[in-house]
Amino acid sequence: MSKLSLTTAKIHQDFPMYSSEHRGHFVYLDSASSSQTPRPVLDAVNAYYETYRANVHRGMYQASETATKEYEAVRRMVADFIFAKEDEIIFTRGTTESLNIVANGFVERLEAGDEIVLTVMEHHANLVPWQQVAKKTGCILRFIPLRTDYTIDIDAARRLIGPKTKILAVTLASNVLGTIVPAAELAKLAHAHSAVVVVDAAQAIGHIPVDVRKLDCDFLAFSGHKMYGPTGTGVLYGKKSMLQTLDPLLFGGDMIREVSFENATWNDVPWKFEAGTPNIGGVIGLGAAVRYVQKIGVQGIAAHEAQLTAYALQKLTEIPSVTIIGPNVTKERIGVVSFDVAGMHPHDLATILDADGVCVRGGHHCAMPLLRSLGHMNGTTRLSLSIINDEKDIEALAAGILKAKKIFRI
Amino acid sequence: MNTDLDMYRENILDHYREPHNVGSLTDAAVHHKELNPSCGDTVEIFIKFDGDRVSEVSFIGQGCAISQAAASLLTDHIKGMSTAELTALTQQDIFDLLGFPVGMTRLRCALLGLKTVQVGLQKI
Ligand SMILES: Cc1ncc(COP(=O)(O)O)c(C=O)c1O
Repeated sequence: MSKLSLTTAKIHQDFPMYSSEHRGHFVYLDSASSSQTPRPVLDAVNAYYETYRANVHRGMYQASETATKEYEAVRRMVADFIFAKEDEIIFTRGTTESLNIVANGFVERLEAGDEIVLTVMEHHANLVPWQQVAKKTGCILRFIPLRTDYTIDIDAARRLIGPKTKILAVTLASNVLGTIVPAAELAKLAHAHSAVVVVDAAQAIGHIPVDVRKLDCDFLAFSGHKMYGPTGTGVLYGKKSMLQTLDPLLFGGDMIREVSFENATWNDVPWKFEAGTPNIGGVIGLGAAVRYVQKIGVQGIAAHEAQLTAYALQKLTEIPSVTIIGPNVTKERIGVVSFDVAGMHPHDLATILDADGVCVRGGHHCAMPLLRSLGHMNGTTRLSLSIINDEKDIEALAAGILKAKKIFRI
Repeated sequence: MNTDLDMYRENILDHYREPHNVGSLTDAAVHHKELNPSCGDTVEIFIKFDGDRVSEVSFIGQGCAISQAAASLLTDHIKGMSTAELTALTQQDIFDLLGFPVGMTRLRCALLGLKTVQVGLQKI
């Protein structure tokens, strides 16, 4: 294949998991589940724990002031990263919590007969919270279907989004199929009916450019741990006017302005949504992850992953009895590729690949309704790419599949 | 960290390809189905008793080689057992039947058949 955009040998030096004792049998093709962590992120987290460990927003002393300054500086970095404003960024535990905050905030504002429009490929994190909202309010869930090429059926979306639509909640990129959703186009349709637009950017962030102004979404959620940051970190972006009227999910310290025995008033946005002591070290690590991604450059990352995706699609398609489940093109897709090997369950394949150090995911990928509706009752095997991958990883995967087929005599 | 491929020995793959005791039983005393939510493996079990002992057993299943082979081996194993013996079966018994211990990532697959039997038993 042609020379890759990024030099992985150099990138591996940033990742302790590629230290000499692991290299040689560590083929990590599961970044969509959780990414590996580069040294600058670990260093930032350690610097907090080792040199200015204190709570934020409370201590009247130097360490607390440094911690607060560093923590709040990440808010600005994240805002710049997605082209938002600082007070539109809320730190959460991850995409799941971010989406729950939004869904919960709308329970009081929806009524029976209102409609929430999702796509059929939502992760459970952007489906189950809305199911709960629908149960509590009597509103109806509608699902934008896929075309046969696994892309969003925009004509169907035009018919589904209408005057009854109050919320449109869609993923920006599918964690199963790799499909990129035309979220900006859908947002336009939804806004024409004054609906609120929620975007799940968990799989897009750090892989393709994410710009909340271009998307014109009202809310956007993502996780730190899928973009080289620590686990237990995430972001909810919300337009300021939206955040001001949205009810918080968690109550307690920090999120209040004034408290009496009977009552409390809320702190300003965004702190209104950050009750209790946050994941300070994690957020500081997230800031380092943002810097790391920006240093490499999202455009370069996207180009690198697109080249490898093309190679993966080619290599997999060459193997008899392998079917790609998702767009078999490199346009409008991310480096998440699901496939099926006829006669072999994804868990068996994943186990056999693991024997050669090839890490993939097998199963439903938290999108059970999608896989069932596509007829893949056993789920799929999925590879997912990031900056740490190169063509050797794809070749190791292909060799592993051939070996598994031999064991299963397929 | 990396798995031993011992688990895909011929014996296991034979049980996967041609599982024993497949089918349903009418009027079974125990009839229960379990799903492994992470991968969609299913086992539906049917047991008839003669007095307190298993006289007939069958299952219908779908899923990975480990879950299906373990269920197949288990149905062979429990014929003639008393309800107390069924209740006393443990994870180790399944490892013994398979011939190898199963790590965390595949444990739920391996134990699906046993769970189906034991949860089904509690319903009667
Ligand atoms: C598209 C999508 N949405 C939401 C999530 C949930 O993210 P988290 O588990 O970090 O909350 C994931 C993670 O797998 C995802 O891929």
